[in-house]
Amino acid sequence: MIWKIFLFLLLAFVSVAGISFPIVENPTKWYEFPLIPGLEENAKIIFFHVPTAWLTVIAFLMSTLYSFKYLRKKNLDDDLKSYASAQLGMIFCILATITGSVWAKFAWGSFWNWDPRETSIFALLLIYGAWFALRSSIESEEKRATLSAVYSMIAFVTVPFFIFIMPRIMTGLHPGSADDSNAGPVVNFKMNGNMLLIFFLSLIGFTILYFWMWRIGYKSILLKDKLDKKLIRG
Amino acid sequence: MNSKSYSLFLKDLKSELRTRYAINALAMFIIVAISVIMFSVGQEKISPGLTGGLFWVVIFFTAMSGLSRAFVSEEERGTTLALQLVASPTTVFSGKLIFNIILVFAMNTVIAVLYSALFNEFIIRNFLLFLTSFVFGNIGLAISSTIIAAIIAKAGAKGTLYPVLSFPILLPLILASVQLTLFAIDGISFESAKFELAIVVSYDVIMLTASYMLFDFIWKE
Amino acid sequence: MINYSLEAQQLNKSFGRRLIFNDLNFKFDKPGVFGISGPNGSGKSTLVKIIAGIISASKGKVIHLLNGKALAEENLHNHIGFVSPYLVLYEEFSTLENLKIFADVRGTEFNKDRVDYLLNKFLLFKRKDDLLKTYSSGMKQRVKFIFALMHFPQLLVLDEPTSNLDEEGKSSVYEIVKEEAKTNIVIIASNERNDLELCNEIVLLEKYKN
Repeated sequence: MIWKIFLFLLLAFVSVAGISFPIVENPTKWYEFPLIPGLEENAKIIFFHVPTAWLTVIAFLMSTLYSFKYLRKKNLDDDLKSYASAQLGMIFCILATITGSVWAKFAWGSFWNWDPRETSIFALLLIYGAWFALRSSIESEEKRATLSAVYSMIAFVTVPFFIFIMPRIMTGLHPGSADDSNAGPVVNFKMNGNMLLIFFLSLIGFTILYFWMWRIGYKSILLKDKLDKKLIRG
Repeated sequence: MNSKSYSLFLKDLKSELRTRYAINALAMFIIVAISVIMFSVGQEKISPGLTGGLFWVVIFFTAMSGLSRAFVSEEERGTTLALQLVASPTTVFSGKLIFNIILVFAMNTVIAVLYSALFNEFIIRNFLLFLTSFVFGNIGLAISSTIIAAIIAKAGAKGTLYPVLSFPILLPLILASVQLTLFAIDGISFESAKFELAIVVSYDVIMLTASYMLFDFIWKE
Repeated sequence: MINYSLEAQQLNKSFGRRLIFNDLNFKFDKPGVFGISGPNGSGKSTLVKIIAGIISASKGKVIHLLNGKALAEENLHNHIGFVSPYLVLYEEFSTLENLKIFADVRGTEFNKDRVDYLLNKFLLFKRKDDLLKTYSSGMKQRVKFIFALMHFPQLLVLDEPTSNLDEEGKSSVYEIVKEEAKTNIVIIASNERNDLELCNEIVLLEKYKN
């Protein structure tokens, strides 16, 4: 219970601070953020955009990991964990896409530019969209678990190719891209202490939130399964 | 092991020649896809670069129309069990893969010939580069579409899911192949296309390894 | 003398969270006919599929020994013959073509004498060049027996062997079962009284429900 209150306070603080702390040219007070040329007020979305993108990766990675575990042990609980995590991954993936698009509109002038990272998240949406479509088409639990686990393994091995081929085809706009010369990694150089603090607090808060939601999601699917069986058996 | 997979391939070939299910679908799809592009282009002048991209659009959709047959036909007719009773998973996958590789090569050669005859803008300046990327691209396409076909067949979902599942898996291969085709059209040297060629070749190798490792799980319920 | 033995150790199978059977143990180590019986849905077909290595058990294992040595899973199919109503052969090929294909894919020699003998035994010799799709279901069932027996298997697994067969077909099946049982292990999964009367030993599946 205590950690739930802690999580609530943490995320409440991050949300309020992230949105309301003013951005000034020369920060003097503890709550002031520095002005980053080219980003200005837009910079604040970093507290929400980066954590969602980060959690997309974590959630899908966990899902793949549990798919792998299912193939080795054939325990249906692992499949449910994988499924619950992929559901969250999908939610965060959509959130990251939306927050990213909004940011892109104000920073680069249009909602979508096919920058390598935008393309990556699009590929993730495609892969997991297909994954959910595959799952919903199979009745038998075991078959569904096995086939979807195999599919996520195959999708997983294609990921390195995306990483290698994309920078060759499209130019990067995100900071930290290979050909990024103007902005530089924002996190390392342009943020001051309090901005970094809130950024990492946000990352930690969202990560805890993810693990909590994962547990609840997994348990609720398990309960739903059991309830369905009881209803059928009467 | 090789002769067993080869026998399975011969069986599929013979069966295909009798029923002509995949061949008919593929042939019609090539015609449909190319004519749709021709109608939509009309009298417009299109850039050589665009023809290179559209070339792979035709290949992708044609592949999606016929390559799932390899496994779906066994599952549909209920002959999967008979196959399980006479062959190991490795033999089955190899046999089906040989069949799909032959089918992909036949289909893509027809597409390439028709395409270059019908689109004047589609001129390959570095033919050797085009041929190399064509060969490795086809192999990759065959490998991925065979393993996805196995999943589709067991899922009982048949046609509709096939392109949905295949597209993300084939996307890196298609992106690299489109790029290589553009290089070949521009007449860029082999040397400067090395990176993309390496990607396509390693895609083939990694997909082949992953497919053999994962096929057991699909095949044995 | 070839010595084949089959042993199931603490076999358990469940589909999803539904248990089919649990803690099933048996050992067949001499030639003879062995039966598997149980009401519909008790898992007869599931068990024979596990024995034949087509599906895997949830827990426990089946051990096949040939002359005291355990058989590798990928070679198992060369020692097993399998017949069941849900087995389907290639309809676009004739009986002879089917048998040739299966011999090639299996990697075993196509033994013409054996096939001719079996074709005669199951009264199919005259129609061996007709496509399977022109056959009646009883004739297809008889082709499956030839398919199962052509490579001299040491283990013959028969799931409801006499379904779809007329009296004549049934008696050929019983004859061949008796003949095979002299040297090999024959497993029959069935509820037919006549089928089960052939068996030396019967596993009753309803006893392994919990």
